[in-house]
Amino acid sequence: MAVEVRIPTILRPYTGGEKLVIAEGATLAEVIADLDAHHPGLSDRLIDDSGLRRFVNVYLNDEDVRFLDGLATGIADQDSITILPAVAGG
Amino acid sequence: MLRIEQGLVDQMVAHCRADHPDEACGVIAGPVGSDSPERFIPMVNAARSPTFYEFDSADLLRLYRDMDERDEEPVVIYHSHTATEAYPSRTDIAYASEPLAHYVLVSTRESGSSDGPYELRSFTIVDGVVTEESIDLFD
Repeated sequence: MAVEVRIPTILRPYTGGEKLVIAEGATLAEVIADLDAHHPGLSDRLIDDSGLRRFVNVYLNDEDVRFLDGLATGIADQDSITILPAVAGG
Repeated sequence: MLRIEQGLVDQMVAHCRADHPDEACGVIAGPVGSDSPERFIPMVNAARSPTFYEFDSADLLRLYRDMDERDEEPVVIYHSHTATEAYPSRTDIAYASEPLAHYVLVSTRESGSSDGPYELRSFTIVDGVVTEESIDLFD
């Protein structure tokens, strides 16, 4: 499956400044692995040993993947993925 | 330097007072590349906490889509400290993710929800480095 992935400003150094990239995979985990293969280092910014990083939001179409199946969320052709860092602090 | 209209500052302060003692948060969007804050967008603090703030994840997606459609970016990201000074906390620095934004901190510790003195300061936060900047107000 090929999907469009929207990259936030802070991660665009990894994509050569591109805000929209194409990646492949049947699950979100596979899409992130494919992203990392083309844009090394990106995966580390999105996931750690326990899964998606707490202050990174990933949306499949309009839905936060935390309310779907997280990294196991299935991806279909024509889906779009949006990555947004949380706006948060203390 | 942050150059901002007095009316927008008044709106930020009013929002922070209204939500005191919880932290208030929001964005002032402006045209991409303009460095000019224009559209005031108060956000809900999903954490509803006196020591933490976080935009709700669905609100965050709507906000960024909306800014994208209007060719805007978050020029100012503001939030309040309700018991401490208007200076970025360790968590503020750790989670800051908009290197081009002005992070505005408002402290309501002195007057709470009432009219009275408040502190308002502006910073950039890039790769964990906090730099305070001057604020140029205009009417």
